[in-house]
Amino acid sequence: MRIGVGLPNTLPGADGALLLEWARRADAGPFGSVGVLDRVVYDSFDPFVALAAAAGVTTRVRLATTIVIGPLRATALLAKSAATLHALSGGRLTLGLAIGARADDYRAAGVDYRTRGRRLVEQLASLRDAWEEGAICPRPEGLAGPEILVGGLNDLTYARVARSCDGYAHGGGPPRAFARAADKARAAWADAGRFGAPALWGQGYFALGGADAVAAGRRYLRDYYAFTGHFVERIVDELLTTPQAVARFVRGYADAGCGELVLFPAVADLTELDRLAQVVSGLTSVELPGARRLEALP
Amino acid sequence: MRIAVLGAGPAGLYCALLLKKADPAHAITVYERNAPDATYGWGVVFSDRTLAAFQEADHKTYRAISDHFVLWDAIDTYYHGELVRCGGHAFAGLARKQLLAILQARCIELGVSLKFHVEVRELAELGEPDLIIAADGVNSLARRVHAETLTPSIMYGKARYIWLGTDNVLDAFTFIFRENEAGLFQVHSYPFDGTTSTFIVECAEDVWQRAGLEEASEAASVAYCERLFAPELAGRRLLPNNSKWISFPTLTCVSWHAGNVVLLGDSAHTAHFSIGSGTKLAMEDAIALANAIEQHPDLERALAEYEMERKPVVELFQAAAAESQAYFESVKRYASLPPMRFTFNLLTRSGRVSYDDLRLRDPRFGMAVDRDFAARDQAAGEARATEFAAPPPAFVPFHIRSAQLENRIVMALPAGLTSDNGVRDEAQYGDLTARMAGGAGLALTAPVAASADGRISPACAGIYTGEQRHAWASVIASVHRSSGAKLGIVLNHAGRRGAVRPSQQARGLDRPLRAGAWPLLAPSPLPYTPRNQMPKEMDGDDMARVRDDFVNAAQAADAAGFDLLMLHMGHGYLLSSFLSPLANVRADEHGGTLANRLRYPLAVFDAVRAVWPREKPLAVALNVTDAARGGFAIAEGIAIARALKDHGCALIQVMAGYTVPATEMPYKRGFLTPLSDRVRNEAGIPTLVDGYLTTTNEINTILAGGRADLCVLTPVYAPVRVKTGEGA
Repeated sequence: MRIGVGLPNTLPGADGALLLEWARRADAGPFGSVGVLDRVVYDSFDPFVALAAAAGVTTRVRLATTIVIGPLRATALLAKSAATLHALSGGRLTLGLAIGARADDYRAAGVDYRTRGRRLVEQLASLRDAWEEGAICPRPEGLAGPEILVGGLNDLTYARVARSCDGYAHGGGPPRAFARAADKARAAWADAGRFGAPALWGQGYFALGGADAVAAGRRYLRDYYAFTGHFVERIVDELLTTPQAVARFVRGYADAGCGELVLFPAVADLTELDRLAQVVSGLTSVELPGARRLEALP
Repeated sequence: MRIAVLGAGPAGLYCALLLKKADPAHAITVYERNAPDATYGWGVVFSDRTLAAFQEADHKTYRAISDHFVLWDAIDTYYHGELVRCGGHAFAGLARKQLLAILQARCIELGVSLKFHVEVRELAELGEPDLIIAADGVNSLARRVHAETLTPSIMYGKARYIWLGTDNVLDAFTFIFRENEAGLFQVHSYPFDGTTSTFIVECAEDVWQRAGLEEASEAASVAYCERLFAPELAGRRLLPNNSKWISFPTLTCVSWHAGNVVLLGDSAHTAHFSIGSGTKLAMEDAIALANAIEQHPDLERALAEYEMERKPVVELFQAAAAESQAYFESVKRYASLPPMRFTFNLLTRSGRVSYDDLRLRDPRFGMAVDRDFAARDQAAGEARATEFAAPPPAFVPFHIRSAQLENRIVMALPAGLTSDNGVRDEAQYGDLTARMAGGAGLALTAPVAASADGRISPACAGIYTGEQRHAWASVIASVHRSSGAKLGIVLNHAGRRGAVRPSQQARGLDRPLRAGAWPLLAPSPLPYTPRNQMPKEMDGDDMARVRDDFVNAAQAADAAGFDLLMLHMGHGYLLSSFLSPLANVRADEHGGTLANRLRYPLAVFDAVRAVWPREKPLAVALNVTDAARGGFAIAEGIAIARALKDHGCALIQVMAGYTVPATEMPYKRGFLTPLSDRVRNEAGIPTLVDGYLTTTNEINTILAGGRADLCVLTPVYAPVRVKTGEGA
């Protein structure tokens, strides 16, 4: 399993300079990817623009949207943004899509909320066509389109993954919740006769800088996830606040077959990133860039 | 806080005493319309996990309860004149009356005010308490008042049951299955004090009517049941307690609290009695609610926390209860299973108990299951009852026609390992041979095209050229040399799902070829998706030609040395399209009724049957439901399986979905098992089931319960051993 780290694109107090330095250090660190979140009605940076800026200061890490709310965007423009970012970054984009959970984002974007599931299915069918046909998208020689992941917990999600995607992006939670979702994705994938296994991405939140950072992180999560009502306390409870908590969480995800676990900061402070890098570097279940790969025995 | 509790059942009393204990400043009143010693129902059951929770919540109550326990650890099943015993289950039973007396006494000791004989008709009668705990049962007043917010819904079960007692003293939880001229009856019985046992009699609605119980009085019902179960009762009586024949109501609520009203126990949810007492869930609710109120000073937050903690737990329990309820409602389906397998099926019905669990609880029972399975499945009628030691079911040989599979584990060879001309190459050859050494009894190919226009993609394997036949023959010879595994070919025509790019290149299903596509055939001119090619509606000549392609392919497969042939009638490929009203809208003798839709697939089956050697099994991979709106459901799938069986089909691989792209299968571990169970036991044909089974435990559970005869094992994803390069 690889570990990715979230960019602070939705964190209060994060400015452009911090975001770029964050991306630079992630690229130099033990991380496989940098991830971004998507929210319209919130003080946050646009996910594609943030990743494009990160692309300019990095050479190695994958650039992942985990996730962007697909139906908010016109399909042709979504295809073009993604293809552009993919081409300009040398093929480093992983495009995670989902329908999102907030009606106010849809209202602000002027898009019908009720038909979002149908729109996403149509987008999944259209994106690859748009990338391959080249009428509206750049098509650099020898570069396949971005990897597509779909997120969501509805039972229909897993059939969507198997039909038209490369993998599944889980929205967060304890390892056993991820394991259940991963089983469903694998079951759908195998039943569809797809070769190999679906890419499986997980995510979590961390705040490793002691009591003040933890308090600030919890404040942020309560604010960002206020729309989930009382459920927000579950999200707050799962904030990883110690190296041991990170290690256990990482091991749980690795054992459940996660391919890439993206850990998002809850505090916009570079020392958070450095602390995470230090913890991650010591874990046996993590595949480190440049380090020797462990080879599975039968 | 001023707290009003509606209902002095176990949940209401227990919650009241826990709240009072946590904070004596609470003013708590419990309202109950009945007398303190009135009670309906007989005993209640708790598992050891629930008891541990009681111990932690209030030790004094726990001690009083445990002083009155009746403990047992066995489950006895009477069926077809045999008694099968299984131990290690650890239950505790208690008279409901006793439990209430203990809780009432503890409430009084702690200073909770108990008001009996008070019928609350409107919530306003309670004054203005800070919190109303509605523990007033399945017909809750408070829930009705706040129905808009709580959004309750009730589903009634299809069976009828009556709650009786008996003075027969039991030493085990006891199931009795007994058939008479009216039909099949079953009993759930368990002891709860030193002299009495609960005795619930259940039967299907039509059996209940045929038995004349619809009109019967309580006394007449008791007399009827006493006669029916006279052998097991051994002269003891059945005791009524205001007992009626009812249908079980399963209650769910979208929300469990509204304003200052919160639901507890049966007022919030019910779960079929066959999986254990609702009292257990209700008392666990009480502990959770009392804890939440103690921890969170903000009442709204506390109620939300309580709901968030309990609702997922209860929903899991309700799902298991629904499985169990469905089992008892259709238990007649299993009437042909021999007693050991019937009992194993019964004990694993809810999906929460597996083969390994039972072996751990009662090793003797586990070994008996193994011996019985191995003995039963020797070639017809030859029971080897003296079997000394037997392997687990997954490793018992399977006889099918004249073929013998060394074990019940099937490997599905991956698709997409073929070069563009449909020939298996050297790399796959090596791969296949290596996999065979892995110990499967049977390996099945991915779909192999019977003709060039029957390919899914250009990378689809085929068996219609000399080169392809030669490649297959050498692979099979090699596998047969190196292992005992049998090889089965899955013959397919892709129909309207053909002429697409290989899914690993296209990174998705059903993405049409941009160049080099061939014309498609289908029962009706309906493209699979708006992006796919419009297929030609097959005419009589097309049907004859495709049938002959299947026949030629079958002969080639036999010559190449395949041990088993499976015709593909699933996942929206050609033959499966004929079966589905979503893909087949023909107005001729091949469309419309099931018999018509089945006509062409059966004709192909018969033609292949005529040339495929008698001693080799002919199987079908069959969609048993479209799993889509407007499609056919499992009942028709079973009818199709029956028809195939009558035409000489030896095995059905159960499949579902993909006749149209918008499949609505709830994918998860073992998602095809319930379908296989129905096909096997209702159509009476051996089945093979896939559905992401990754452990021999899952496979043993399916086999020993008679839910399938063969299972596809999917290799696990996470390596257990890795090479570190150190110390080698």
